[in-house]
Amino acid sequence: MSRLVVGAHYGVKDWLAQRITAVLMAIYTLVIFAAVLAGATGSHDAWRDFMAHGVVRFFTFLFIISLGYHAWVGVRDVWMDYIKPTSIRILLHVLTLLVLIGYAGWAIQIIWRL
Amino acid sequence: MSALNEQKKQRPKFLDLTVIRLPLAGYASILHRVSGAGLFLMLPLLIWLLDLSLSSTPEHLALFESITRNILVKLVLLGLIWAFLHHFCMGLRILLIDVHVGVEKQQARSSAMAVMVVSLSLTLAFGLKLFGVY
Repeated sequence: MSRLVVGAHYGVKDWLAQRITAVLMAIYTLVIFAAVLAGATGSHDAWRDFMAHGVVRFFTFLFIISLGYHAWVGVRDVWMDYIKPTSIRILLHVLTLLVLIGYAGWAIQIIWRL
Repeated sequence: MSALNEQKKQRPKFLDLTVIRLPLAGYASILHRVSGAGLFLMLPLLIWLLDLSLSSTPEHLALFESITRNILVKLVLLGLIWAFLHHFCMGLRILLIDVHVGVEKQQARSSAMAVMVVSLSLTLAFGLKLFGVY
């Protein structure tokens, strides 16, 4: 079968990134759940100490970046599927990117000030 | 090439989702998108709650307590718990299918059922905790 290959070739990269970020977030979720069972949310001080720990902060940072990228690819796909007028679609793409970058900054600031 | 495009355009299409009867995996897949969209839209609430929960200011903690005690907020959180669990389970199913596990029709059907059952059961379990039943 011959097919016409078009586009900017970002598809495979994003497809792979979607999987890598998903695996990372899934593992992070399970670790956090285990920590909660072990008492990480037992008290306010315990919760702060847990999230302020260097290793936890390192992986929380990776989680935030992964979530941002994962949500970008997912939400962009939704816009691409349903929003036909190019100008509105690009506007939504830009707004999505901007809020996700803002959210990431906000979330990183929360864990870094601890 | 233009002949090929011409042919493509003439293919019969029937995409009325209100009439099409999808297999369970089809609905689970739609819910993957719906749950992802819901999580995205509610991100500010979740980050805000994280912010308050980790604050050292007593007023912020009091605010966190009062917000999370609100029944409407709890219902939103219950919805987000389901969205997260469904997205998580369905995501694992997608990853497994990517590596050719569970591609056969019967397995794919069972795994879609498993995603629905596991995510709804866990939502019930976490929901009962959220509403203070245990």
